[in-house]
Amino acid sequence: MDQAPATEPDPHPEGEGDNATEGDNATEGDNATEGDGVIHTRALTKRFRGGQLAVDGLDLTVPAGSVFGFLGPNGSGKTTTIRMLMGLIEPTSGSARVLGHPMPRAARTVLPQVGALIEGPALYGFLSGRDNLLRYDAADPTADPRTRRTRVAAALDRVGLAAAAGKKAKAYSLGMKQRLGLAAALLQPRRLLVLDEPTNGLDPQGMREIRSLVRELASDGTTVFLSSHLLDEIEQVCTHAAVMAQGRLLTQGPVADLAAGARGRLVVTTPDTGDAARVLKEQGASDVVITEDRVTAEPPDRELADVNATLVAAGVRVRGFGIERASLEDAFVALTGEGFDVAG
Amino acid sequence: MSQVEANAAQGRGAVSISGSAAGRDQPQTTRTRRTTFYGTLFRNELLTTFRRWRTIALLAVLAAVPILIGIAIKIETSDGGGVGPGGGGGGGPAFISQITNNGLFLVFTALAATLPFFLPMAIGVVAGDAIAGEANAGTLRYLLVAPAGRTRLLLTKYATTMTFCLVATLVVAVSALTVGAVLFPLGDLTTISGTQISFADGLGRALLIALVVAASLTGVAALGLFVSTLTTSGIAAMATTVGLLITIQILDQIPQLHALQPYFFSHYWLSFADLMRDPVYWDELVKNLGLQALYAAVFGSAAWARFTTKDISS
Repeated sequence: MDQAPATEPDPHPEGEGDNATEGDNATEGDNATEGDGVIHTRALTKRFRGGQLAVDGLDLTVPAGSVFGFLGPNGSGKTTTIRMLMGLIEPTSGSARVLGHPMPRAARTVLPQVGALIEGPALYGFLSGRDNLLRYDAADPTADPRTRRTRVAAALDRVGLAAAAGKKAKAYSLGMKQRLGLAAALLQPRRLLVLDEPTNGLDPQGMREIRSLVRELASDGTTVFLSSHLLDEIEQVCTHAAVMAQGRLLTQGPVADLAAGARGRLVVTTPDTGDAARVLKEQGASDVVITEDRVTAEPPDRELADVNATLVAAGVRVRGFGIERASLEDAFVALTGEGFDVAG
Repeated sequence: MSQVEANAAQGRGAVSISGSAAGRDQPQTTRTRRTTFYGTLFRNELLTTFRRWRTIALLAVLAAVPILIGIAIKIETSDGGGVGPGGGGGGGPAFISQITNNGLFLVFTALAATLPFFLPMAIGVVAGDAIAGEANAGTLRYLLVAPAGRTRLLLTKYATTMTFCLVATLVVAVSALTVGAVLFPLGDLTTISGTQISFADGLGRALLIALVVAASLTGVAALGLFVSTLTTSGIAAMATTVGLLITIQILDQIPQLHALQPYFFSHYWLSFADLMRDPVYWDELVKNLGLQALYAAVFGSAAWARFTTKDISS
């Protein structure tokens, strides 16, 4: 298992495992201020007053320009981490740097360049959507009052709320509130967006819109830090990901590498599943599972074309044959031990 | 080892990428001047506070008090008799017996009637809700990541609460003056010392009294704001502040505690009546303002110490 600092995600995915590790450690050693990524934490720890250890020695690095997925079961410490990064919670020990500056000390310099959606939207119900945004913008001392109305209108338009801008926020649906929260994060050009469960409460169409918005922002050069419990969402939009469980970072790195960590499975589609399973076992495949007209197995260590030929020679009518790449979900399950017990 | 260095160099390459991204964004030099630093948030805060239904309701209740007093006195004196059972003004708030002669006295009576409870209760609600209400709604975290700045937000909240003190007092005074002018005659008035002053002079003193009453509430406002930083429930903060207010008022009536009473924020509240003496008797007025300043300093600092170090997990 790759330990946390071992895979500092780098912008050059060809950098293979061990070499990349050493190289990045060297970088950390001589240049700790920047280049450690847009977010960089070292041994970040939070113990709440009750003694509960919410975040335990977190070493997280979010590379510039990435769409970074932050995964973990409920209560794994994701939100506490985000709150520490945003200067809302003081770490018990360890350090966090955002955009090259220490948090929470440099909050006034850092936060105007960061848009955040934390634990769902929070709005003033008695104010209209537009007035909510005007208030949040007025709270930012670096925001120019002369362009305030224009920027608010642009943000509302960007999340598709222009038509409902004059409505009181308490009359908004959950999805509309979520959009308004996103609009608040987009009031200014940002270098970093921190989005905690941004598609919560949205219908499939809304989720698609948010995903394309995230891609659009990322292509503008904004780094997006996205926490989600929807694995396929992370897989669809994220370039990098980190997995947390019980306050500890289990792994981090490019999504492709994480998924590759879990081995792909051999999948044979055939009406003759019984025969296929028997032949595959004879060929050295292990963990053979039959589901309807599919037989899946750990691929044997030999030429797969020969395996296919053997199947056909044994009279198995093969409709499909190939390796199914492991999904992030497989990697996630393997890491956190959550989900179904897939052992056959 | 050369491979390592190559990678390290590439790592630095990433630095320059992020650096150029910084340059492309909004220039950092758009830091606004100091006045707008506090000004924009304060203006927005005022707008937000006075658009709350609750604020409007509190002001409506305060405006209704002089109307009720005025009507009650008008009805009671419509048979030609004086105010109170003996007709001599033995009971009720200060100045009440003089209202029938001069409507301006309704201003003093209304302020004397609302200062012990209605006004500080309204302030307690607004101050108690200031931080806790935002925390409860979750809007506090978004204000802080905006970033409003904790000290800046607290100062803005305190300034808004003080503005509300002034507005609430003026609402009582203006309502009382209007009702007094409608129901009773206006004219020159007699001070507590027995001298005559012109109506214009009386009006000036009424305004001065309103300002002193508003200033008398700064202690409660600071106390309420401090309580507000302790909890994430707006209701709890409001209830605690109003509860403290009532407790202090009761303790101020217990003779055995007279050694402590000069330190109760409400102890010198009614000293504003001394502004109606000729010459004005400043002693207790100054003590009152000094005490309010002390409360504002102590609880203001406590609120600041608490709020700037608090973990915001709501």
